[in-house]
Amino acid sequence: MAASTTLPPTTPSAPDPSPASAPPTAAGRPGARSRGVLWHVVVIALVLVVLYPVFWLVSASFKPAQEVLTDTGLWPANPTGENYATAMDGVAGYSVWRYLGNSLVLSLGAVIGNVFSCTLAGYAFGRLRFRGRGVLFAFMLITIMLPIHVVLIPQYIVFQQLGLVNTFWPILLPKLLATDAFFIFLVVQFVRSLPRELDEAALIDGAGPFRTFWYVIAPLLRPAMFTTAIFSFIWTWNDFFTQLIYLNSPENYTLSLALKIYVDQTSSSSYGPMFAMSILALVPVGLFFMAFQRLLVEGVATQGLKG
Amino acid sequence: MSTTTTLRPAAGEAEQPPTADPTATPPRPRRRPQRSAYLFLLPWILGAVLLTIGPMVTSLYLSFTDYDLFSSPSWVGFDNYQRLFTEDPRFWASVRVTLTYVLVSVPLQLAIALGVALLLNRPRRGIGFYRSALYAPSLLGASISLALAWKALFSTGGTVPNLLASIGLDTGGWTDDPDLAIYAVVALTLWQFGAPMVIFLAGLKQIPRDLYEAAALDGAGKVRQFFSVTLPMLTPVLLFNLVLGIIHAFQSFTGPYVISNGRGGPGDSTLVYTLYLYQRGFTDFRMGTASAMAWLLLLAIAVVTALLFATSRRWVFYAGEEN
Repeated sequence: MAASTTLPPTTPSAPDPSPASAPPTAAGRPGARSRGVLWHVVVIALVLVVLYPVFWLVSASFKPAQEVLTDTGLWPANPTGENYATAMDGVAGYSVWRYLGNSLVLSLGAVIGNVFSCTLAGYAFGRLRFRGRGVLFAFMLITIMLPIHVVLIPQYIVFQQLGLVNTFWPILLPKLLATDAFFIFLVVQFVRSLPRELDEAALIDGAGPFRTFWYVIAPLLRPAMFTTAIFSFIWTWNDFFTQLIYLNSPENYTLSLALKIYVDQTSSSSYGPMFAMSILALVPVGLFFMAFQRLLVEGVATQGLKG
Repeated sequence: MSTTTTLRPAAGEAEQPPTADPTATPPRPRRRPQRSAYLFLLPWILGAVLLTIGPMVTSLYLSFTDYDLFSSPSWVGFDNYQRLFTEDPRFWASVRVTLTYVLVSVPLQLAIALGVALLLNRPRRGIGFYRSALYAPSLLGASISLALAWKALFSTGGTVPNLLASIGLDTGGWTDDPDLAIYAVVALTLWQFGAPMVIFLAGLKQIPRDLYEAAALDGAGKVRQFFSVTLPMLTPVLLFNLVLGIIHAFQSFTGPYVISNGRGGPGDSTLVYTLYLYQRGFTDFRMGTASAMAWLLLLAIAVVTALLFATSRRWVFYAGEEN
């Protein structure tokens, strides 16, 4: 499916000749206008309710540690930055920078691995002709649905025997070997939307498949690579399960796992710093989201990515 | 995935060269297989063999063994499966919890997603902002941060029990109540309705306007139009969201883990399947049992997906295929 062509980019204020859009004459009528206002009121209320947990989390991170659970107001009665100071000191003997650095290295590693391997595979599946393509392509699609649990234990055993448990390799190696098949699918869809005349012209000019890929296809694939990169980053940053399995000493902990330390401690006095660190962990995702929201939303719309 | 290709029938056709194009009459420069394709595919092939097929076969084998990571696996036949089915009440608890969770959260999440998509499906100022804002929880909700916030919001003294108490519904803290704890997890899933909503919105945009005009001419009101035009035209997207939602829900882990401090409590009420699998494998080091559970999970997902596709012929409407 030609991802970029089947779905018109939905610009926020793009006029659309649909019956729902009030024609100019009707817009002047008081009934239509008040319905428009009502619609905005309803949607804004919905947005506020839906985003309430995020506001609450931000607010809680500024409440004094003892008041997090007793001060139920959305605006902190006694706002303080002490939670952030405590959170910056870190937990389990390492400062928050260590965990932040680990999360960053892991997420960037996943970005590099996925962009490299999934672009190559996506190009081959989307464009090249080779023996066994149908079967391999079907297999690739099936692996999108495969629960990780069915490969996890043997992978863990092998990584353990190689002495790689408690390093980033068990998490990064699968990305380098294109096991996140969803991104291959994303690239395939994108490759198919590119006009074939481009690579045929390159072939006629005598360029081999590698030169064609590098000079003709790869530059055009940048949007798909970019979407892959952003989703790889956010998903790895937010990931918990595989990190819980493979990283088991605090020096290698990511922010997700550092937060787990708070889960294990049940004392409520650590709630303040816990929420402060939660916010720190959300900041990169939030920034990415604000910077690329349209790209992300359209990536989901066209590919059916599961957020 | 076949669902997406069926979403828009034009999808698969992109593969074939556009033979109708008169300017394309000279034969294609090269029609023979390109061996170099395997080089492009090399990372993927290595991954498929070493990280997917190999481990799948191995975990199937391990599911018939007793293995604790330290001594070598010993063959026990169907013992792991038999013990899970007949002697393991926690296994059945995890199946019950997971089925409840899947059956409640997936349909409700899709209903919310569709409802909000219908609300947003009109060209108004600020629509892009609203759409992004309502999608945001889908990106944030999978994180530990939000799960921690969720736990506080639903535990004793949290916002949700307080709010309910103020309207006369004294539920107490959800996370400490074996009857309610799983619904705190369900609520966290419902909150992430943004991804299916965005997919529904894309589907709604594909419905030809003239269908509504024709329906209106025939005297169909808004409600009738929804059931006779919108819903049938959306069924391919609905199938897609349903399949993805169910596969996703079967593997839910972070929410229940955080809300129950990794234990699945109170009283195993949030012990979702993957959490129990994790405990068996990586707390108790019963790798044989965990492998058996992994294969049962794969089987369950495969059966449910196959059933959905098999029944889809009856309820999924593909425009243009037959009228």
